[in-house]
Amino acid sequence: MTIEFNDSISIVLCGAAGQGIATVETLLTTALKKSGLHVFSTQEFMSRVRGGTNSTTIRVSANRVQSYCEKIDILVPFTKEAVSHVKNRLSPTSCILGDKQLFEKNPDAQSCIMVDVNYEAIAEEIGHRVYSNSVAVGVLAGILRTDRALIVELMANKFQSKGEKIVNNNIEAVKRGCDLADEIMASNKLPPIPSLTNQPSVGSELFLSGRDAVALGAIAGGCNYVLFYPMAPSTGVGAFLARNRLEFGIVSDQTEDEISAVNKAFGAWYAGARALVTTSGGGFALMTEGLSLAGVTEMPLVIHLGQRPGPATGMPTRTEQGDLELVLYSGHGDFPRVIYAPGTLKEAFSVTQHAFNIAAEYQVPVIILTDHYFINTSYNIPSLDHKDTKVEKHIIETKSGYKRYEFSEDGISPRGIPGRGTGFIRVDSHTHTQDSQITEDPIVRRKMVDKGFKKLELLKKIAIKPSILGDGNSKIVVISWGSTFHNVKDAVTELGKKGYSMVYLHFSQVYPIHESTFNYLENAKKIIMIENNATGQFAQQLYLEFGVKMTSKILKYTGYPFSIEELVSKLEKEL
Amino acid sequence: MAKQENSGDYNSNIWCNIAVIVTGIGQAGKFSHFIEGNMINGLHGRYLSNALAIKASNPELSVFAISGDGCTFSEGGNHFLHTIRYNPSIVNIVHDNGVYGLTKGQASPTSEIGVKTGVQTLGVYNTPFNPIAVAIAQNASFVARGFVGHAEETKNILKKAIAHKGYAFIDLFSPCVSFNRINTYKWYRENTYYLEDDYSPFDQKEAVGRALERQKLPLGIFYINERPTYEDNIQIYKNDTRPLWQRDVSIEKLTALIDSYR
Repeated sequence: MTIEFNDSISIVLCGAAGQGIATVETLLTTALKKSGLHVFSTQEFMSRVRGGTNSTTIRVSANRVQSYCEKIDILVPFTKEAVSHVKNRLSPTSCILGDKQLFEKNPDAQSCIMVDVNYEAIAEEIGHRVYSNSVAVGVLAGILRTDRALIVELMANKFQSKGEKIVNNNIEAVKRGCDLADEIMASNKLPPIPSLTNQPSVGSELFLSGRDAVALGAIAGGCNYVLFYPMAPSTGVGAFLARNRLEFGIVSDQTEDEISAVNKAFGAWYAGARALVTTSGGGFALMTEGLSLAGVTEMPLVIHLGQRPGPATGMPTRTEQGDLELVLYSGHGDFPRVIYAPGTLKEAFSVTQHAFNIAAEYQVPVIILTDHYFINTSYNIPSLDHKDTKVEKHIIETKSGYKRYEFSEDGISPRGIPGRGTGFIRVDSHTHTQDSQITEDPIVRRKMVDKGFKKLELLKKIAIKPSILGDGNSKIVVISWGSTFHNVKDAVTELGKKGYSMVYLHFSQVYPIHESTFNYLENAKKIIMIENNATGQFAQQLYLEFGVKMTSKILKYTGYPFSIEELVSKLEKEL
Repeated sequence: MAKQENSGDYNSNIWCNIAVIVTGIGQAGKFSHFIEGNMINGLHGRYLSNALAIKASNPELSVFAISGDGCTFSEGGNHFLHTIRYNPSIVNIVHDNGVYGLTKGQASPTSEIGVKTGVQTLGVYNTPFNPIAVAIAQNASFVARGFVGHAEETKNILKKAIAHKGYAFIDLFSPCVSFNRINTYKWYRENTYYLEDDYSPFDQKEAVGRALERQKLPLGIFYINERPTYEDNIQIYKNDTRPLWQRDVSIEKLTALIDSYR
């Protein structure tokens, strides 16, 4: 089934690391968004600092665009390898805009529309080939009929710190690029470009990545301590908070190792801070004893885990949803926990914000699962509704004789911190009594374990329900979780246009699972699970929780995200 | 820890509610259970990470990180090295007995070469870890060694450690009467001596030289190196001394940050 993307244009920038693709992406997406168009961008890159072949897909649309498509309308190659790198995404309507030496002899380019644009030659006329990227921005913005004054202003701001000459040369470069775009359009070399209607209100929307949304959610959650050991794709969240640490009073610590990170987070929460650990699967694996410590001591803990394909070093800059079972089962012993997996930027902001309150109130570890794709994907949204959020500290002023683990009806013992009140705050990694002494008493042991699971019962009740889309009465159920949300949603919508009816359940909380889920599973004729991993880890959870098996699973574990086209074709076979 | 007294000539009298004792695992790790006060008895090897973050979250707290040689130099060796680099104002007491007591008598990182145990049946052949020399070489800001058999002298070292601004490390010889038949109270009395009264603890090279002495082991303060603490370096207490728990996120600042993405 072919999909008509007639309200959007897909632009791919492809080249080597270090060539400035990111600069072109930033300038172009900013210009397009400010001009009132909806913009989506996602990056795929190799695990190397220079060279290799990386690409960025930018989708521009008159309507909201938040998902990844394979189709390429315009490809801008920066190297000879670029065209072949994306050959499976090219079609006879794809237009290659670039220096012809990079593709004219490449067999993979021959079916495409080839337009020779020598960005570098123009840049050299201006003074240096360093301006090539600005010429490219001008050409692309010109083809998309972006307001020139707006681009000029953007260039002036972007290069302001580099002095007047560099600002002027960059402005000259984009202007020349725009002129060139006019020439190309006049020559009729390009196929008709859909005319996209600008909406002025979009111009003032937010343009954020998954990384930004998680980090902003942390700040809104009252995060004032961040700990991490650098590891793709999670470092960006730590770096974001580090950049803003003085403004927001955040202790930012790049620790000696992940073990230290989690144990420092533990100490910070003990003393009343709200700490975030950000890591990936390999780093999290090292933290699991600390997770268990938080479990037994009922210490709040918030961990963001940006997944990448494993095992071990795996594919550091690729994507996968392979660590659900890791975070669910890690840490020796039985203790409750909460796992979120946001599907949208808004959810990433809200669950991260919420994670701090849940951790503080229920005194459990809370994990936010994202992945490489989610972290490195951006689009515009109207707002984050941050003014409605509230930081809930759940810290009491203790009195003399305070018992940290006093038994209570709901399993929650009010939490005190040292230096507030006259009680002593005693926490112990052993099985302990209500006043934190080591115990081997079987009855106390059982009551302490039960105390934890009383909290899990409460956490089940307040679990985030799955989002329900499509036909709520359909007996065909499509399920996904985490970062796949927009791509699955758009695939389901496409199939709906074709007459297929189905209900789509997306989970942004994957543990504990909201019990209402069962209503959709029990009467389903077909249940199709979509996961970016090899075994269907969430399908397994639904089976364990509700005794329901999936009819089929669409699994992808190549290290790359699902595209709309791929999901439409795979889902259609299962319907 | 005594209740606040105003008579002291040094600031080592601490109101017990603002003191926190953080321990690891091992016989020394149980220390916190015998004290009435704030405490964490955490994981093996990780207590220094807990302690550092407590201090960074609330510099008003007096943090005592206490454990043994196995916990600090073996399981937590990396954290020991790096806590020295961070230089938080915490007191770190390592009860050093050269043996694993909790697990019934295996060699520890400070066991002498040749010592036989139920596991090291041929005798220890790994070179003993020299915590004092390592700490001085890494520019630790306060490095001392004591012996629990000398109560008065140890008390004086501890007072100075508490008064010190920065990471204060005390390797404290604490004989294991159950499993170490070699390094007994008698052995330590016979094989240690105090650094001379005119010894200056400000010379790193001299201090390293003293730390390498193995015939008779010096006791006392080997090295003092005043340098900025971690709490100072992170700068967030410069204009606002409130601990983190007292602070709230500024919605205005957050709004401005979010709006910068428009």
